[in-house]
Amino acid sequence: MINKIDKDQTRFRKIVRGKIREDLKKYISHGEMIARKGRNIVSIPMPQIEIPHFKYDHRQTGGVGQGEGDQGTPIGSEDGDGGPGEAGDAPGQHILEVDITLEELAKILGEELELPNIEPRGTKNIQAERDKYSSIRRSGPESLRHFKRTYRAALRRQITAGLYDPKRPMVLPIREDRRYRSWRTIAKPQSNAVIIYMMDVSGSMGGEQKEIVRIEAFWIDTWLRSQYKNLTTRYIVHDAAAHEVDEETFFKIRESGGTRISSAYSLCKKIIDAKFDPTEWNIYPFHFSDGDNWGSDDTERCVKILGEDLFPIVNMFCYGQVRSAYGSGKFIKDLQEHFEDEEALTTSEIESKDGIMDSIKTFLGKGK
Amino acid sequence: MNLSDRLRAERDPIRQYAIDYGLDFFEVIFEEVDFDQMNEIASYGGFPTRYPHWRFGMQYEEMSKGYAYGLHKIYEMVINNDPSYAYLLKSNQVVDQKIVMAHVYGHSDFFKNNMWFSKTNRKMMDDMANHGMRVRRYMDRHGVETVEDFIDACLSIDNLIDPHAPFIRRQGSTAEQPPSDHERETEHEITRLKSSDYMDRYINPPEFLQSQRESAVKKQEAEQHFPVEPQRDIMQFLLDYAPLSRWQRDVLGILREEAYYFAPQGQTKIMNEGWASYWHSKIMTTKALEPDELIDYADHHSGTLGSSPGSLNPYKLGIELFKDIEDRWNKGKFGPDYDRCDDIAEKKTWDKNLGLGREKIFEVRRIYNDVSFIDTYLTPEFCVDHKMFTYEFDPHTRQYYIDERKFDMVKQKLLFQLTNFGQPFIDVTDGNYLNRGELYLAHQHEGADMRIDYAKAVLVNVERIWQRPANLETVVDGQKKLFSYDGKEHNEKNLA
Repeated sequence: MINKIDKDQTRFRKIVRGKIREDLKKYISHGEMIARKGRNIVSIPMPQIEIPHFKYDHRQTGGVGQGEGDQGTPIGSEDGDGGPGEAGDAPGQHILEVDITLEELAKILGEELELPNIEPRGTKNIQAERDKYSSIRRSGPESLRHFKRTYRAALRRQITAGLYDPKRPMVLPIREDRRYRSWRTIAKPQSNAVIIYMMDVSGSMGGEQKEIVRIEAFWIDTWLRSQYKNLTTRYIVHDAAAHEVDEETFFKIRESGGTRISSAYSLCKKIIDAKFDPTEWNIYPFHFSDGDNWGSDDTERCVKILGEDLFPIVNMFCYGQVRSAYGSGKFIKDLQEHFEDEEALTTSEIESKDGIMDSIKTFLGKGK
Repeated sequence: MNLSDRLRAERDPIRQYAIDYGLDFFEVIFEEVDFDQMNEIASYGGFPTRYPHWRFGMQYEEMSKGYAYGLHKIYEMVINNDPSYAYLLKSNQVVDQKIVMAHVYGHSDFFKNNMWFSKTNRKMMDDMANHGMRVRRYMDRHGVETVEDFIDACLSIDNLIDPHAPFIRRQGSTAEQPPSDHERETEHEITRLKSSDYMDRYINPPEFLQSQRESAVKKQEAEQHFPVEPQRDIMQFLLDYAPLSRWQRDVLGILREEAYYFAPQGQTKIMNEGWASYWHSKIMTTKALEPDELIDYADHHSGTLGSSPGSLNPYKLGIELFKDIEDRWNKGKFGPDYDRCDDIAEKKTWDKNLGLGREKIFEVRRIYNDVSFIDTYLTPEFCVDHKMFTYEFDPHTRQYYIDERKFDMVKQKLLFQLTNFGQPFIDVTDGNYLNRGELYLAHQHEGADMRIDYAKAVLVNVERIWQRPANLETVVDGQKKLFSYDGKEHNEKNLA
């Protein structure tokens, strides 16, 4: 039996991708909908794509069942795992879990937000060499003889030499006509990138703010992962002092206390110096905070670290300021004042979950 | 792949048992497939070749996932065709295969002998493949998306057929034509009786002539109404009158044909599964089962017939009803004497030793469908024995709850669930609504409202096919309403 289902499945997938694209904003602002499944696959819930029919409202018709129970015994809820009898008549019951690779998701994201591809900084590419049989030579082992090209060469020679008779189309390759497949060495640029996430976990950053950071980090990861083969992530949390933590802690930790942003920046600098040689790595520090720094002294210090130590070595420094009820939100203005024309700095203010999409576009829209 | 020798050795005796029991089936061709092929075939509704459509891909993906997670497994798949084709899952145990084979012979017998299947196309396997080829050709010519979109629109109305239509003989097969303007204007001649002038006033009284004239006008208006009678087969109506291009007409025709082919399976779900289960259980337990297979058999059998709390399993309901009928007719528990008997004890032990049971169930499988089956054979005793109940929805708790166990209510609900596949009755009543060529569909409201969100989505598709505004008359919360879609926007208004 021939596998015809593949075509239909491909069509279905295409429709699904179209749906994701349509609802991308919803998926971006509700990051919790997307579940990580293994290394490269995420699963996205979407309402079943259904062909509509005229039908009854099952809630009005009720039905017949079988089993124990007194009058009034509940037997199923509207949006539970199938109502009784004809399961799945209520809205939103049929949820389709669609598996999609991160690359595909990144592609959709890229196309929808019109993100430019990143051009890795030239000298930082590690050259990897690879041989590919895509070339032709006049000598070689018989086992690699390219029959078509040999024939073409023979035909050309005979036509130019006037030896070709269309009435008796006979082509006789001689020694010189022979062509052999051969290799070509391709230098493949391989670029490494590191994202260093920094987050303010002082008392004024609440659950909602962290959720925004988490969602945004997921999409940034997804996009940069599609751009760099080799992506490493590091996480720093800070209040008045900064610590490097693992991913889980990063998103879960609850701290309180004051905010000294410079602590995070100097730790970031330290990590880069220790592990990530700027000539080999593309470096992306992302800092999220509510913008409530402690005193102008510290802000001065931040500006100094940024300007002198970080900007020269990073691809891009992104600062995302999450709106919080307690924060003053002054830090973003300070940064913008000090670095008006700084190419390496990108800032974005995220007011709510709905702002995540625009913020991602701001950060990644530069193609750096 | 065809049957392996080992399974052939199992099949032959089962086939013979089935014949000995009086089953009269189409020849069944069994094929062994692996789970992936099974999922594929099942996604195509049992047919190896059909027209391309994304929903088959969706079904396949769902099924593959369900199988991978161990949520469900398809044991058997048989299609109504002569010969019948049936698929066996290769990885199943031999005892499973034996059950499935016996089950399939039951289905095939039902396909062949139940009258509701008598008008179905028995060469559907070939025709499905032809349909596929035609649709593929249209896709090559007009683009996959164009054709697929149109298929989507047609599928959206593929329940708007008249399942009884194949049994009705209609005079003249040509479609009626919309009335021409010429026809509209013809004078209404009223026959006068012959009379001399002076008698005319008495023989042909003017008042009478006037009323005659009026009723003639009415009659003519009725005749000019288009369609003359409300038409349930809306797919046919669209096929006849919608301004479709040739390929669109063909696609709509194909989908209509397939809808009619599948309709009897929806009409006889309980009976069909009940009948097949009855026979697999009969053949296995009395003939084919080896002692060491007993546990596996019991496991499989109970799995098929088990019902999750609250829901109704058609296999279970069907087999139990058939058994009940057989028992009643064996013991003579029917007819006026039995009905008139008031003594419960006597009724329980009633046994006239008639032995008519087997004969009766063969008759039942020949002439009934689910609706008449339940209507005729569901008894109060059965209802109690099988703990049947009705349920309702409580909008406050957003839950379904058990409502009552009264026989009349259970029966009424069940019949409602089964009538017209549990779908609303909708007719096209006017193909020239407002004299603007709009389509007017009317829902016969029978106590339950329709899902309006779905209805609106369907109207969009109807408009696409009819290519003029589509209207639907229905009732929402006791208020008669008209929903319309004119190709751009939805409208709704209350009707008197």
